[in-house]
Amino acid sequence: MSDIKFSKETLALANQIIARYPEGKQKSALIPLLHLAQAEFDGWLSPEVMDYVASLLHIQNIEAYEVASFYSMFNLKPVGKCMIEVCRTSSCWLRGANEVIAHLENKLGIKEGETTADGMFTLKAVECLGSCGTAPMMMIGAQFHENLTHEKLDAIIDTCKQDGKRKTYLDSVVVDNY
Amino acid sequence: MGRKILLAHDHVPGIQGYEVYRQHGGYNSVEKAIKTMSPEAVVEEVKKSGLRGRGGAGFPTGMKWSFLAKPEGVPRYLVCNADESEPGTFKDRYLMSRIPHTLVEGMITSSYALGVNTAYIYIRGEYFYIVSILEKAIAEAYANGWLGKNILGSGYNLDLYVQVGAGAYICGEETALLESLEGKRGNPRIKPPFPAIAGLYGCPTVVNNVETLAAVSFIVNEGGDEYAKIGIGKSAGTKLISASGHINKPGVYEIEMGISVEDFIFSEEYCGGISNGKKLKAVVAGGSSVPILPADKILHLANGEKRLMSYESLADGGFGGGTMLGSGGFIVMDEDTSIVENLFTFARFYHHESCGQCSPCREGTAWMEKILHKMIDGHATVADIDLLWEIQAKIEGNTICPLGDAAAWPVASAIRHFRSEFEEYVKNPKVINKVTRMAV
Ligand SMILES: Cc1cc2nc3c(=O)[nH]c(=O)nc-3n(C[C@H](O)[C@H](O)[C@H](O)COP(=O)(O)O)c2cc1C
Ligand code: SF4
Ligand code: FES
Repeated sequence: MSDIKFSKETLALANQIIARYPEGKQKSALIPLLHLAQAEFDGWLSPEVMDYVASLLHIQNIEAYEVASFYSMFNLKPVGKCMIEVCRTSSCWLRGANEVIAHLENKLGIKEGETTADGMFTLKAVECLGSCGTAPMMMIGAQFHENLTHEKLDAIIDTCKQDGKRKTYLDSVVVDNY
Repeated sequence: MGRKILLAHDHVPGIQGYEVYRQHGGYNSVEKAIKTMSPEAVVEEVKKSGLRGRGGAGFPTGMKWSFLAKPEGVPRYLVCNADESEPGTFKDRYLMSRIPHTLVEGMITSSYALGVNTAYIYIRGEYFYIVSILEKAIAEAYANGWLGKNILGSGYNLDLYVQVGAGAYICGEETALLESLEGKRGNPRIKPPFPAIAGLYGCPTVVNNVETLAAVSFIVNEGGDEYAKIGIGKSAGTKLISASGHINKPGVYEIEMGISVEDFIFSEEYCGGISNGKKLKAVVAGGSSVPILPADKILHLANGEKRLMSYESLADGGFGGGTMLGSGGFIVMDEDTSIVENLFTFARFYHHESCGQCSPCREGTAWMEKILHKMIDGHATVADIDLLWEIQAKIEGNTICPLGDAAAWPVASAIRHFRSEFEEYVKNPKVINKVTRMAV
């Protein structure tokens, strides 16, 4: 057995989530629990982490693997502390998504899909994030960054660098006023 | 100014919170339904209203509700589809983040009508920040007695939970959504049985879009007949349109169905015209899945009349000359847009999002993306255009769920209406997507 375990608070939250489903349907909590695990264990799901989640739900390990590998928000390999997800679909493409990606590639010195050597940034192109009216856009953790310009991009990257913290989907964020 | 129902109060300061929402008539529909109406009477009003599903397919909501099986001793479920992943669509996000209580209220009234005691909101993982907004609204609803046990002393119980997805467009398809909610991969189920008979955990289930459920409150408050008076013909009520692309004022607009497409694009009340003084080239009117139409065809019907923003008028001309209202994701393209390159972004999207269960969809979407990639790289020939056409035709109608069709239609319509541009492109690829288009 490995020593992977949720903190007391996270475990309490996990149990609260499990209680939402009818008797015997606790597997429904799998996706929410994988999210909690990814946020708590360095931004990705190692086999050990997935086994731990499976044990909490009394399901087979493979049931966790097959779900984790289906959904694009779950990382099965380590990623940078800030995963930058740039939307590349039509409405964003029409308003310069390719240029956003090129700008970030330049600034970070990596290609789309790669992670910087210091482990700070991963750059990923993703599909429509439901922010097409404020294109071009990207998300880092739970935060949407909209109506991007070159200046905004530079400022966002600089802020992330200074702050140095890992960004997760569970962060509480400032809601953009759009 | 068109009539507003869903967004009547979206600019009121504090409307996100319970107090202000309640002051503006919030939760009146729950009170009215539970205190003065039978569940059947609520379903009847929804039927009379002519409300059609706002998730994309436009199926009459009242009829869907009346199909819900009610076997003795078996729980029933209501699931709100907040997966909103159809490219070009962002209206549910707007509604949920601005006025979260409007969805909570609609779900309580709808659950009462359906005899449901447990309801879920399934929201796409990328909207994580909205989860906390919704959970706060739900907590306020519990605290004020609109949720929980014995609501308003009626003996009616309801629990409402938010369930988060993890990045998969296919989970917007209702049976894939239910699989996902059960903690599985989002593979669509073979229908029948429909969710109304065997849905979540094999129990009778209604799946409705956010906007559909939010509209129920007005219908209960004002009556189905009142709702049916708004809009035009079988397109009753208002519709939220997500407007994006090359327009001066992108955003979410609530329109009364029946305004002209021309008004919607060019009037100051809505999109405010094409940006940078350019000309309109094409529109994808209802989210990425619906056929693209060139400017003349989106603005006018074959008989020269103005095309209207309604289910029927947008579909006028069938697949050859019309399109669909779909989810209301309205993507506008100016004269400089490359139809070929835009189509590539769609083809890449569908390939990425295919769940892989059916070979025509799995292989076909991959193949279409590859061919369009080849075009953009400048290595394609005219024969590749014909090949694209053939592949899309073989996907359509041959798959378990409609994602296959949704991947085929954009390709078919782009070639149908812009064939000469494709031919021009393979001879002389311009690669417009490398040109600066970002705002300064
Ligand atoms: C590939 C695919 C994606 C879909 N995505 C969504 C979605 O994001 N939101 C939604 O409400 N309906 C979506 N639908 C439609 C749903 O299957 C279902 O018809 C709808 O949720 C029913 O609600 P309504 O009757 O209120 O529209 C999608 C359908 C398909 C085939
Ligand atoms: S059509 Fe595509 S997305 Fe739908 S079930 Fe088949 S493979 Fe999956
Ligand atoms: S196309 Fe980029 S957010 Fe929708």
